[in-house]
Amino acid sequence: MQRIDYPAIGETLYTSKLSNGLSIFVVPKKGYRKSFACFVTNYGGADRRFTLAGEAKDTPAGVAHYLEHKMFDMPEGNALMALEAAGANANAFTSEAMTAYHFTCTQNFDEDLRTLLRFVSTPYYTQESVDKERGIIAQEIRMYEDDPDDQVYMGLMRQLFAHNPLRDDVAGTVQTIQDITPQVLYDCHKVFYHPSNMALCVVGDADPEAVERAARELLTPESAPLPVRDYGPAEGPEPVRARSERVMEVSAPIFLGGLKLGPAATGPEAQKERLTAGLALRCLYGRSSPTYLDLYDKGLLNGTFGCSADYAAGQGFVIFGGESRDPDAANAALLAAAEAVGENGFDPALFDRQKKASYGGQLRALGDFRSLGVSLAEGCFAGYQPLDSFQALETVTCADASAWVREHIVPGRAALSVVRPKEAKV
Amino acid sequence: MSCVRETRREILPGVYMTCLQTDKFKTGLLSVNLLTRLSRETASKNALIPSVLRRGTVNSPDMDALAARLDGLYGARLEPAVRKKGEIQCVGFWADFVDEAWLPKGESLLERVAALMGEALLAPNTRGGLLLPQYVDSEKEKLLEDIRARVNDKISYSRYRMTELMCEAEDYAVDVLGTEAEAEAVGYVALTRHYRALLASSPVEVFYCGTADPDRAERAVRDALATLPRGELDMDLGTDIRMNTVEEQPRSFTEDMDVTQGKLAIGYRLGAAMEEPDMAALQVMNAVFGGGVSSKLFMNVREKLSLCYFASSAVDLMKGVMAVVSGIEVKDKDRALEEIGRQLQAVKDGLITDEELHAAKAGLANDLLSAADSAGALESFWLGQNLLGLEYGPEELAALVEDVTREDVVKAAAGIECDMVYFLRGTEEDEDAED
Repeated sequence: MQRIDYPAIGETLYTSKLSNGLSIFVVPKKGYRKSFACFVTNYGGADRRFTLAGEAKDTPAGVAHYLEHKMFDMPEGNALMALEAAGANANAFTSEAMTAYHFTCTQNFDEDLRTLLRFVSTPYYTQESVDKERGIIAQEIRMYEDDPDDQVYMGLMRQLFAHNPLRDDVAGTVQTIQDITPQVLYDCHKVFYHPSNMALCVVGDADPEAVERAARELLTPESAPLPVRDYGPAEGPEPVRARSERVMEVSAPIFLGGLKLGPAATGPEAQKERLTAGLALRCLYGRSSPTYLDLYDKGLLNGTFGCSADYAAGQGFVIFGGESRDPDAANAALLAAAEAVGENGFDPALFDRQKKASYGGQLRALGDFRSLGVSLAEGCFAGYQPLDSFQALETVTCADASAWVREHIVPGRAALSVVRPKEAKV
Repeated sequence: MSCVRETRREILPGVYMTCLQTDKFKTGLLSVNLLTRLSRETASKNALIPSVLRRGTVNSPDMDALAARLDGLYGARLEPAVRKKGEIQCVGFWADFVDEAWLPKGESLLERVAALMGEALLAPNTRGGLLLPQYVDSEKEKLLEDIRARVNDKISYSRYRMTELMCEAEDYAVDVLGTEAEAEAVGYVALTRHYRALLASSPVEVFYCGTADPDRAERAVRDALATLPRGELDMDLGTDIRMNTVEEQPRSFTEDMDVTQGKLAIGYRLGAAMEEPDMAALQVMNAVFGGGVSSKLFMNVREKLSLCYFASSAVDLMKGVMAVVSGIEVKDKDRALEEIGRQLQAVKDGLITDEELHAAKAGLANDLLSAADSAGALESFWLGQNLLGLEYGPEELAALVEDVTREDVVKAAAGIECDMVYFLRGTEEDEDAED
C-alpha cells in the first residue's frame, strides 16, 4: 500500500487500488479503542437510468435504498444481527449519490471487516423477504412525509431541477417501491456493487495491510466496466419554479433557498471548487458572518439556520435555510447580501479570519471517524483526496471566494421552498 | 501519554472540576455547568440565561465582536449548554478549541478560551447592572420559537408529551426549555435578578478534556471564575424516584394531528430495581428489550411483523423510567401495543436466548468503549456520573456489563410497570394507499 504522511495535521493515509478496481483508504488512529469501516458504492438514489454494454436501463425510484435494506440478508442469516452480536455498531445509509455500509467496533475488527466485505458482495434476495421489507420501507417513507425538513428540501429540489433525478426522494414513494422485485435488485447489485465502483475506507486502530489482505481474499479479482449514468438532459441555470409553499404541522415557517451550480467538476479541480464554495459560504452566511449575525439580531433567522454546497448526480447546488417568522424577507436579505459581495467582494480581514477558523473546523472534523471515512469515499468518487484539503485551503484567495459568489449566487436564479404552519402566520 | 488520567477536585467553593488528560484528541473540550433544580417556575429563565450571556460581554459587547474573537482563536466554539439530568437542570457553556500541538509554535488556546468562558458567564454586557433588554427580548423570542418547535419532530414530541403526562405531578415533567407561558413572562429586570441568584446558589460542575495537565487546566478555570459569587449553595439537589405507577391501570392519552404516521410513546416505571440500582443490569435489560437492532422490539415489532420502521426503548436511570417509541400505521396501534407488552413480558419471564443476551451486552460494551473515544461523549458521561455520585468511567462500566447474567436482567425487569400510553394519531388521508 502507498503511504502518504500529513505531518502538519498528524495523520497518515495508506491507500491502494486492487486489480478489481477497488480503492482502499486506511487512516490509522493510535490510542483509540474504536475503529470505523465503511464499504461504499458509488450508487445512490439518483442513479436510476444507466447504460451497460450498450443496453439502457430505467429503474423505479427507491431501488438503491431498497437494496440497502436487503443487502444485510445472507443465506445463513442477517449480517446486521451478526455484526451486532459481535458487539459492533453497524448501519447503512443511502444518499442521492452513494450507498454506504458501515460499522464501529472496539474488538474483533478483522472479523467484522470480513463480515462487511462478504455481505455487501453477496446478493441474496428472496421474493418473500423482498415483499416483507415493503411494509417497513413504506413506514420509513411515511416518516419522511411527516418530516418538514425533508419536505422543504424535496420541494426545493423539484423547483431547481427540471429533469435530474435529484427531484425524487431517495427512498422513492409508496407507489414506486411496489415495482421493485428481487430481479431488479439482482440486476442493480450486479452493475453497481462491483468493486470497480466501490471504495473501502477504514479509520481507527487498524492494520492497513490486514485491511487490504481481507479485501483481496474476499472479493473477485476481476475488474468490470463501469455503467454510464444518465441524469437526463442538461439543466439550465434557471430554476423550474421560483417559489413553492406547502402547509404542514409545524410551529413556525421553515424555508430553504437554493441555486444550481451547474455540472459538478471532477479531479483536483473539484476539490478547489468545493473548498472555495465552502469558504465563500462561510464568509457569506456562516455563523460568524455579518449577514447571519444581522438577521439573527433582527429575529429573521435563528440557530436552525444552515447552508451548504452539495454535489450529486453530476450537479452542484447550494442550499440555505432554517426557521424564520418571515421566510421571504429572510431569503431576500440573504440574496441581497450575496449581490453586495458580488459587487464589492469580501472584506479581506473577514476572509482571513474565516480562513483561520476554517482550519480549526477541518482539524476538528478529523476526530469524527465516520465523517472522515465517508469523506474519503466521496473524494474517491469525485477524484480528489480530502486530506489534501488542508494544503489546498491555503491556495484559496479572497478574490476566489468573491468571484465564486459573483458567479453563482445570482438572485435571479434562486428558488425558495417554504413550509408554513396551518394557521395564518403569527 | 495517550492514556487518560482523570482527576476530580473542588477548585473553588462548590465548584468541582473533572479533568481528563489525554493526547488522543486534536481539540480540547471545556464545559461549565451551573446545577439547579428543574422546576416549572424557573426552567425557562434558566434556559434563557446562557443565550442572553452569549450575546455580548464587557470586552466583546456584541455577537460580531464575539464571533471575530472566536474566529481568531482558530474557530473555537463557545455555545450555551442547557441540559436536563433527572430533575436537575444544568445550565452553562461548552467550548471546544484546537489543541496547541496543532497550532503555530507558542500559541495556546486553553487559557484564552477559559477566560472567554468565564467572561461570558460572569461579565456580560450590561447597562446599570442589568442585562440589556434588547438581548433579553431577542433571545426570549428565540426560546419561544424553540419551545413551539418541539412539535416539528413528531418522534421527540411524542416522547416529550408522554413524559409530561406521565409525570404531571413531578418536576421531571418539566421540559428543559420550560413552557411558553413562563418564557413569555420573562422581563430583563427579573431575569437579571434570577441570573445573580443562580450564580450565587448553584453548585458548579466543570469538565476539561485535552493535553493540558490538571494543575494547569484547574488554574486556568480558577482564574476565569475568580469573581464567581458564592452564597448559600443548594447542595441537596437530586431526583425524586417514584417506584409505582400513578394509577393501577396505565393511563392513556390520544392526540390527533394532521400527519400520515401514528406515533406510539409508552412510559414505564422501573420499580423496585431502583431501590439499589444495578446500573449495568438495568442497561443490559434495556438493550435486550429495545436498545438496538438485535433487541426484542426491533426483531419482533419491526422484523417479524413489519409493523414499523423503528421501535426502541430508552431508560433514564436518574429518574427510574423507561420510554418506548414507535412509528406505526394508525390502524396497527393495538397490535403494536400488544406486541410491545408481550416482548416486555418475555424479558420479565427470562425468555432471553444466549444470543440476545450476548448481543445486548456486546453492543452496550461497544457503545461505552466508543464513548471513551469521544470528548463530547465523555463530558456527558462524567456529568451524569458526578451527579449520581458514581466514580467509575465508561471502561469500568463496560466491564461490569460483561458480568451481567440472565438472572440479573430478570431481576432488573421484575418491577417494571406501564404508567402511560400516549398515541399521536395521524388524521391525514392516506393518498398512497392502494385499497
